Amino acid sequence: MRPAVGLLALLSHWRRHPFQLAMLLVGLSLATALWSGVQAINAEARASYDRAANVLGLDGLPRLTMVDGSAVPLARYGDLRRAGWPVSPVIEGPLPGSDLRLIGIDLLTLPTEARLMDPAALDLQGFVAVGGEVLVPAGAAARLRLPDQPRLRETADLPPGIALADIAQAERILAAPGLSYLLLSRDAALPADLPADLVLARPAAGEDIARLTDSFHLNLTAFGLLSFAVGLFIVYSTIGLAFEQRRGVFRTLRALGLSAAALTGLLLAELLLLSPAAGVIGVGLGYLVAAVLLPDVAATLRGLYGAEVPGTLGFRPAWWLGGLAISVAGTLMAAAQSLWRLWHLPLLATAQPRAWAHQAASGVRWQAGVGAGLLALACGLGLWGVGLWAGFGLLAALLLGAALILPLILHALTFCAGRLARGVLAQWFWADTRQQLPGLSLALMALMLALSANVGVGTMVGSFRLTFTGWLDQRLASELYVTARSAEEAAELTAWLAPRTTVILPIWSAETMIEGQPAEVYGMTDHATYRDNWPILLGAAEMWDRLAAGQAVLLNEQLYRRGGLALGDLVDLPGGALPVAGVYSDYGNPRPQVIVATDLLVARFPDIPRLRFALRVDPAQSAALAQEMRAVFDLPEAAVLDNTRVKAMSLQVFERTFAVTGALNVLTLSVAGVAIFASLMTLSGMRVVQLAPVWALGLTKGRLAALDFARTLVLAVLTLVIALPLGLVLAWALLAVVNVAAFGWRLPMAVFPADWLALAGFTLLAASLAALGPWRRLARMAPANLLRVFSHAR
Amino acid sequence: MLLLASGLTKTYRTGDELVRVLDGVDLTLKAGESLALTGESGSGKSTLLHLVAGLDSPDAGRLVVAGTDMVQATDVQRAALRRDAVGLVFQQFNLIPSLDIAANMAFQARLAGRLDLGWLEELVQALGLQGLIHRYPEQLSGGQQQRVAIGRALAGRPRLVLADEPTGNLDEATGDAVMALLLQLVAQAGAGLLMVTHSPRLAARLDRRVHLAAGRLHTVEPLA
Repeated sequence: MRPAVGLLALLSHWRRHPFQLAMLLVGLSLATALWSGVQAINAEARASYDRAANVLGLDGLPRLTMVDGSAVPLARYGDLRRAGWPVSPVIEGPLPGSDLRLIGIDLLTLPTEARLMDPAALDLQGFVAVGGEVLVPAGAAARLRLPDQPRLRETADLPPGIALADIAQAERILAAPGLSYLLLSRDAALPADLPADLVLARPAAGEDIARLTDSFHLNLTAFGLLSFAVGLFIVYSTIGLAFEQRRGVFRTLRALGLSAAALTGLLLAELLLLSPAAGVIGVGLGYLVAAVLLPDVAATLRGLYGAEVPGTLGFRPAWWLGGLAISVAGTLMAAAQSLWRLWHLPLLATAQPRAWAHQAASGVRWQAGVGAGLLALACGLGLWGVGLWAGFGLLAALLLGAALILPLILHALTFCAGRLARGVLAQWFWADTRQQLPGLSLALMALMLALSANVGVGTMVGSFRLTFTGWLDQRLASELYVTARSAEEAAELTAWLAPRTTVILPIWSAETMIEGQPAEVYGMTDHATYRDNWPILLGAAEMWDRLAAGQAVLLNEQLYRRGGLALGDLVDLPGGALPVAGVYSDYGNPRPQVIVATDLLVARFPDIPRLRFALRVDPAQSAALAQEMRAVFDLPEAAVLDNTRVKAMSLQVFERTFAVTGALNVLTLSVAGVAIFASLMTLSGMRVVQLAPVWALGLTKGRLAALDFARTLVLAVLTLVIALPLGLVLAWALLAVVNVAAFGWRLPMAVFPADWLALAGFTLLAASLAALGPWRRLARMAPANLLRVFSHAR
Repeated sequence: MLLLASGLTKTYRTGDELVRVLDGVDLTLKAGESLALTGESGSGKSTLLHLVAGLDSPDAGRLVVAGTDMVQATDVQRAALRRDAVGLVFQQFNLIPSLDIAANMAFQARLAGRLDLGWLEELVQALGLQGLIHRYPEQLSGGQQQRVAIGRALAGRPRLVLADEPTGNLDEATGDAVMALLLQLVAQAGAGLLMVTHSPRLAARLDRRVHLAAGRLHTVEPLA
């Protein structure tokens, strides 16, 4: 037999079952869409990190700073160069009036590893000339208003958030008192011992943005994988059904001379024809998903890690090809079992369609055994696992284990319900529900995964929101926050404010290296505002007094956990180490932070800008005072903020940060809804055989259809009931294991029963929509279709 | 009269063609009487049986079963008739696969709300199903499944038993045994029996025999 003839015979199945074909394409497209959407986002972000790494490659190089944390004097740099030190000067600081960070470099001495951008794209003369141009990211020039506006040139080669200038130009713009640091080549040989006034900092592994954000991208990938798996459930069940329905055709083709290998090959060819088509649709949908979600992802990365990613999506051929490949691979994965069974199908095997997804009781028990093993593994990882990978291993084992064990639990529940039922219809209802489980279990597993992910992530975000709101109230205890434009203005402001406020609290900070990581050091003035409100997690005796006396420091939770520090441990700071007296929560900040007394900060970092202040005033007067301050000093709107506005802004950033998670949650739930719909529609053909005898024995079609509808709802609700505790365990794993490893903070867990009710409503709605089609089909079925069941010619 | 049919017609569409399967059928059946309905394949035997059972509705004519006018009856009334007054035995057995044998046998009687446990036990004994009542249909042979189907049809003491080729899927010896049981138990229950069969030998064991050909019924005189 010519293979093409066989292939046409096989393909004719899809012509006669267009709905099945549609479900196959829908399942595969959705699976590919969510997977490739997430991959597109990750690819865009990583490309952005790569560009940043070219600039921030500076961060990857060793650097010399002054021991006391002050700026490096220009003369000191000259001395070192003359002594043969291969150092290159850098001035770095926030570009006034913008959200950009200006980096000033000396192109002539810059180490080759820190080549910032394509030299061809750099106009050397324009860059190094006196008053040379400042390079800014595309789209940034229009927003910039600098004093003595320098020439700005936009370039796509710079990452977002970075501006670049010659060191002389940067010194002028930033009014820098000296050099920020001196760069060294990665493997540079030092000509002499390190002078006593300098300190050499080698960047620790894992400090760059790409590494920091790995956990976030892993999170997204895990969601993408979950959605992909949920989509593949649809593909698996559709292919399984199509194979089962064609057993007669397979037998005939084999009898007519097609070998098992040739038949398997033809089915493989059929799948390879269909899957790229679905892949193209899926990748297109994925692009749309990514384009919609990317701005929120960019906000998340900025909010959590300070990483800058553009909010628009580029075109990447590798990603398109990758999407198609995953579509084909997913199809082959979903079809592997069916192909394997076909390969081993005896020629004379029965061609009678049987319950395609029927699994022997031993199969369900074996599956549940594997599930129990995975749950035990999850327990082990929860109790003894350490680090991010242990956290993700825990999540994977938990979800997969619970999914595998679900059919057995549902079987047991429906069995018990049947035993408790009194009426004949109720008994039949539960027995029949149990009989439907093998055919529906894949879709129900998909639903459970989606629901538990929803509960887990929802609980995590809700707990975070609750903690974050309370934390903001503590951190933003002062009524007003003001930022001066210069030291002179700061002095005038404080003098003017002194009689109008209860207290003026400086918010001054310096940047330095602590425990090998770039960190912030903040000064804190001894005042009840902090003693009463600061969100302390751990505190030693007389913590505030020791802090005020300059005898101890406070650490943020991130530094405390990542550094493995304890109360009383010494923390190295420029000018001498100090013991840890307390730990405070510092959500949303990616960087390590230390708090010292303001006097100590000024003593050890004498060159820090002293421009920001928190003001305690009568809350009823704060708005009027802010307005008056702006008017008297001609301050821009953003220079004076009241705490309610800062809180609102922070919460807005928070909500945006988790919008992407919410969107992926809803998409995954929707795919699970489609999976149930696909399963019910494919099963409804087989249901006729099971329902016709009951109809013949005296039940109306309407009543049967209503019972079938109720069955879907009952199974969905049972699945939700099982998914709830699973979701809470998931939330615990996210809060207590994954978040701690990924972000460095641990949040208290809160539960939100109102959200569960909403989720129950959504589940019932999704199940109702999925069951509506089969319900209508059965309720309106012509008697002739039911009578075929009793026909002799079957 | 348990069953009264006159001038019954039924037409099916096959492709573009309309096929008149029943063309003015007249039929009566008294309580306690048994009637064999024979005919070629495709002659409309099963269609007639389905109309009598209320599984389908006629295009024209008059059909009264156990006092219910089947032409005027609603879907709910037809379902009630099947549940309360009719016992059905199919060639393919059509047991409910999710229920065990005991539940299958009691199903229709319980639906009708008149399960008589003593009568059910009698049926189990008579049908030789004592050791099988906790098994599921898939665990039984064809002959055993058909005995369960007969038990289910009779458990509610229906006034009319309708059997469609009840031994068509069984070997001759098993078929004879099942047939004997069916006739014995129908007589014991005092029900009427309308049975579709291909077999003249089986038909001969019933009180009367009618033959369906070209959409019309013809009475067949008993041999000798």
